[in-house]
Amino acid sequence: MASSKDEQQQFAQKIKPLQPKPPLVKNCVKAFLTGGLICIIGQALMEFYMTFFNFTDKTAGNPTVATLILIASLLTGLGVYDKIGQFAGAGSVVPVTGFANAVTSAALEHRSEGLVLGVATNLFKLAGAVIVFGAVAAYILGMLRYAFATFM
Amino acid sequence: MKLLGRQTWQFADVFLNTAGTAVGPLESEGPLGDFYDKAYNNLHCNEKNWELAERRLMEDAVSSCLAKAKLTEKDINFFLAGDLLNQIVSSNYTARGNEIPFLGIFGACSTSMESLALGAALVDGGYADRIIAAVSSHNATAERQFRYPTEYGGQKPDTATFTVTGAGAALVSRERSNVKLTGATIGKVKDLGIKDPFDMGSAMAPAAADTIAAHLNETGTNADDYDLIVTGDLSGVGSPILKMLLQEQEIDISSNHRDCGLMVYRPDQPVFAGGSGCACSAVVTYGYLVKELEKGNLNKILVVATGALLNPTMVQQKESIPTVAHAVVMEHAKEV
Repeated sequence: MASSKDEQQQFAQKIKPLQPKPPLVKNCVKAFLTGGLICIIGQALMEFYMTFFNFTDKTAGNPTVATLILIASLLTGLGVYDKIGQFAGAGSVVPVTGFANAVTSAALEHRSEGLVLGVATNLFKLAGAVIVFGAVAAYILGMLRYAFATFM
Repeated sequence: MKLLGRQTWQFADVFLNTAGTAVGPLESEGPLGDFYDKAYNNLHCNEKNWELAERRLMEDAVSSCLAKAKLTEKDINFFLAGDLLNQIVSSNYTARGNEIPFLGIFGACSTSMESLALGAALVDGGYADRIIAAVSSHNATAERQFRYPTEYGGQKPDTATFTVTGAGAALVSRERSNVKLTGATIGKVKDLGIKDPFDMGSAMAPAAADTIAAHLNETGTNADDYDLIVTGDLSGVGSPILKMLLQEQEIDISSNHRDCGLMVYRPDQPVFAGGSGCACSAVVTYGYLVKELEKGNLNKILVVATGALLNPTMVQQKESIPTVAHAVVMEHAKEV
């Protein structure tokens, strides 16, 4: 039999002092430092492409992102990125490298079920939500911008 | 009397003859590393994928169990097995290989003692001469089944547990050995509203407390009558909660309680709150505790395997996690 709401609340109250508290401040600092480090690497890559390959600050973004994705995917395949993620939390999930990790890890995981039904079907299992909400947000903002540009 | 009270079985003449264990790399580096029969130094266990690796572990556990007893598959009446994967595939495919008449069971991580209790009941009731009870779990297959891809870099909280990679098997019959199975208590499913799949220790503690209290009550024993009361995988989070819940019923297990999830790994290994999974209680019980009982270092123990009956779909539908715990009494017996 399922327990009543009262019982559940009582239990939650009772066990609270026995449960470890998530170290919020420490986690935030770690996320900030790691996320910042990833951004510094990105900035360095951008400068590199601008200095040596004739990219402008408008066009250097693409090769920079591609390089970060490549690095993150390689680190995922080598089994390193999940350890970084455990340390950094959101710091390594939010940047583009986290997106690359979500896609690559799903691909690796489902390799055993074949290329079509395994890898291709599951590739966006985790990252799909990001794409859906990214597209929806872009659509709404785009419409708003259009509306403001036309009627104001 | 075979039935004591409502939910406790008393066995007259059942023995655990041999046990086999196989583990992965992290477990073999743990404090009980020397006690396991077979250890792999890679998580793939020399197989192509994780599911095959888990099956390999279960097959290894069963074959070392049989080898120690100098028996073959044909000498065994029934094979009772379970694991954590959908449709308990590791057990099904192991049973396909060994061709022992098969009863597949699922009780999540409590399957280790569920299979042993059921097997002992079959043997004691005369419905079998020899059975093998086996379970397996694998860190990577469990991650894939219940959580995220293994290489996904999501952060886990400190209350999370780490699924043990391994398998354990036990041969049970009426032939005498140094380990006698004298009773079992089948648990009720308890759910006190925990919804966090990364905090199964808190979810399972009430089930363990209920089963232990029922067992002591129905057998008329005290907690002190047991050298050890061992829970399956409550880990560092669930263990203090269990003690508190039992304390409320004036049962004190603070001196003789151990948890397999805390025994299987060293505190400095990267396993969060401790080990979990079917194999957690199985490899500790069959690998270590049974040997201590054989030697007589332990006289009487109660092994309470705890299981979180977790289903990712149900959790996403905002349901809480039902849990269950099954207990088996093991005693040292002098051979005649």
